Amino acid sequence: MENSISINNDKKAANAPTFANGRRKPDALTDEQIISDLLPRKFGKLGMIWMGILVVICMVGVFAYFRQLKYGLVVTNMRDYASWGIYISNFVFFVAISLVGSLITAVLRLTGVHWSTPLTRIAEIIAVSAITFAAIIIIVDMGRPERFYNLFLFGRLQSPIIWDVTVITTYFFISLLLLYIPLLPDMKILLATKEKTKFYKLYRFMGSFWKGTHLQFRISKKAINILCIAIVPVAFSIHTVTSWLFATTYRPGWDSTNFGPYFISGAFLVGSGAVTVAMYVFRKYYNLKNYITYEHFDKMGKVTVMLALLYMYFNVNEFLVPAFKMKKPEEGFLDSLFIGSFAPLFWSAILGGMIIPIIVLLFKKGRHPFPMFIVGIMIVVGAWFKRYLIVTPTLLHPFLPMHNVPESYKHYFPSWEEWAIAMGSLAGALLVITIFARIFPIIPIQETLIEQHEKEHHK
Amino acid sequence: MDINNASRKEFLATLVTGGLVLAGCSSKKSPFEAGADEMVKASGEKVKLLSVDGEVIEVDKAFLKPVPQLPAITNSEERRGIPGKKFVMVIDLSRCKNLRKCQAACNHMHHVHSDLNWLKVYPMNEGEHTAPYWQPTTCMHCDEPPCVKVCPVDATFKRQDGIVLIDSDRCIGCRFCMAACPYSIRVFNWEKPDTVSEELCGQPYSCETSVPQKKGTVGKCDFCPDMARKNELPHCVSACPNGTFFYGDLNEDSVTNGAETFRFSDLIKDKAGYQLMDDLGTKPSVYYLPPAARNFPFEKGMEIDKG
Repeated sequence: MENSISINNDKKAANAPTFANGRRKPDALTDEQIISDLLPRKFGKLGMIWMGILVVICMVGVFAYFRQLKYGLVVTNMRDYASWGIYISNFVFFVAISLVGSLITAVLRLTGVHWSTPLTRIAEIIAVSAITFAAIIIIVDMGRPERFYNLFLFGRLQSPIIWDVTVITTYFFISLLLLYIPLLPDMKILLATKEKTKFYKLYRFMGSFWKGTHLQFRISKKAINILCIAIVPVAFSIHTVTSWLFATTYRPGWDSTNFGPYFISGAFLVGSGAVTVAMYVFRKYYNLKNYITYEHFDKMGKVTVMLALLYMYFNVNEFLVPAFKMKKPEEGFLDSLFIGSFAPLFWSAILGGMIIPIIVLLFKKGRHPFPMFIVGIMIVVGAWFKRYLIVTPTLLHPFLPMHNVPESYKHYFPSWEEWAIAMGSLAGALLVITIFARIFPIIPIQETLIEQHEKEHHK
Repeated sequence: MDINNASRKEFLATLVTGGLVLAGCSSKKSPFEAGADEMVKASGEKVKLLSVDGEVIEVDKAFLKPVPQLPAITNSEERRGIPGKKFVMVIDLSRCKNLRKCQAACNHMHHVHSDLNWLKVYPMNEGEHTAPYWQPTTCMHCDEPPCVKVCPVDATFKRQDGIVLIDSDRCIGCRFCMAACPYSIRVFNWEKPDTVSEELCGQPYSCETSVPQKKGTVGKCDFCPDMARKNELPHCVSACPNGTFFYGDLNEDSVTNGAETFRFSDLIKDKAGYQLMDDLGTKPSVYYLPPAARNFPFEKGMEIDKG
């Protein structure tokens, strides 16, 4: 055991105790080692290619949006019946995925779970970037984006949109603070490094007031605790209110009292899927095997399986109960999902986004990094299509028959501009995460150090 | 103050006082300078105007700018509605043969985009062994309008006379109202309406005429309150050669299709009038008379119906 494979070639590590599978136990690491491992690093060749691809997708999206501004929403394939399309499903997807910030940071922290500490910043940057693009995509969907300020001039409290604007803004700021405050001690570490990076001025601007005094640590700990408590109801609100955008209408498929918990459970699931994917990518790319270990994947896998089962439960409620009755207005809608034109998508989303992940993650080997990565991607992609299935089929099954409209109004398939904008927004969200990880340590350094010291202390 | 809210009176007063100041002012600065786009030279030709004090004043003709068509009433008046009225419509399904004259008149008068229809005529058939019929559908002008409830900016609103209107100058185009309306009557201007001329485009929007329709905003049947103010019937009512539509005031308990006038309560009682999807609790202002003792067979309408 003593002399098994070590990943880093420094002398201390060579003598460090290791797991049977060759990974060193993190408690063998020195402070200097941890800091140098976790400092943000320049993009390699792969990173540059990744950045380039994202920027190109974003630019195509911007160009498509320019066309939309010029010609109007006519460039989309949304029409009077399918009056909401992939912009709105993308919005719901972003809001859903952003919920993971509150799950990993707040819920797990408040329940005294410590293994999630290295994952908090990953979860929080996903939350901030997703919620930002949720706001952007909703403006993209507006027919008159230049009148956005009307929401503040003439906002009416009884509209769920106003509730959504309120809670999403609140959630954005709490998430931003939960990202920023734990960054402050790390900023001090970054400023203390010998080589001055090009972000030195940024670090100084953002965090030079942090001296790391006892009082500062106390205040920051208290602030984080308050924010963690505050974010839980706000997180529940953002997705419940988003579900109410649909559930407050009369339409078959939306007129459901199950929608709030159905959306929230789905949101936690897609969020944990996204964190798993991010964990795998960062671990691999930044060589963080000592910090994001098999144990993390195993535990995230267990969390994910629980969330998938929960989401499954709400899905059964959402579809089985109306299907049992087959009320006339719901019949067409349900048929289109179960056996009609949306059936392939519907069953792939159910199978790929829920059932297969549950089966895979129930096995210990299924909770290893690579299978978890694949499962995470399946969950995220399945969730994206699930959101599409929540928005579109309902709109194409109105109470009165579709009539007196051009033929193209009776179907919906997104135009290239819609795809470009939707993909552009997804690429944008990834770009924000990528750039963040380039500038700041993606694993909290200070908190890793503290945990390390605590572990040594316990020995 | 919102420019659109300025009443005609106030506007004229400003114009006249502006004129007064110009006439009596010796300073170099023209009061028009601030607002004027271009400098105007006096033509020497004077016109006589009546000031607010009742004085006759003279203003140089060159300083009189043609005013773009002013809305007859202010936006706040349009939002309040016609006092003492409660507009209702009765649609007699036994008289409809899907001629779509109503639709054509409505589209024409409101300059609706050629792809869209505010008024739709549906071929309806409830069950396997029931008889089909044609159902013209306007906005229901619900007393509990789901669309108004969800509008985040008060762009669509309910007036005291029962009419639900849209302020296209305020609509942000979120289309939540379209998702909320169970009758699917709302349409969206996905592009600049092809029926709106450049001249019309320059006109100020009026909630009562719903003209001109604007790109990126929602449109729908407005129950023609501008016609009601002129004591005339909505365009669909007067366009129907079969007298399918009856329009009137619930408070007066009378409805008319132009040729015939009925007591509203009698008509509803005698012909078993009902409301569309009243089980949703929307309380529509449009009532339907069932297609009993029809004037035309259903098949007559099939020739025109293109789906």
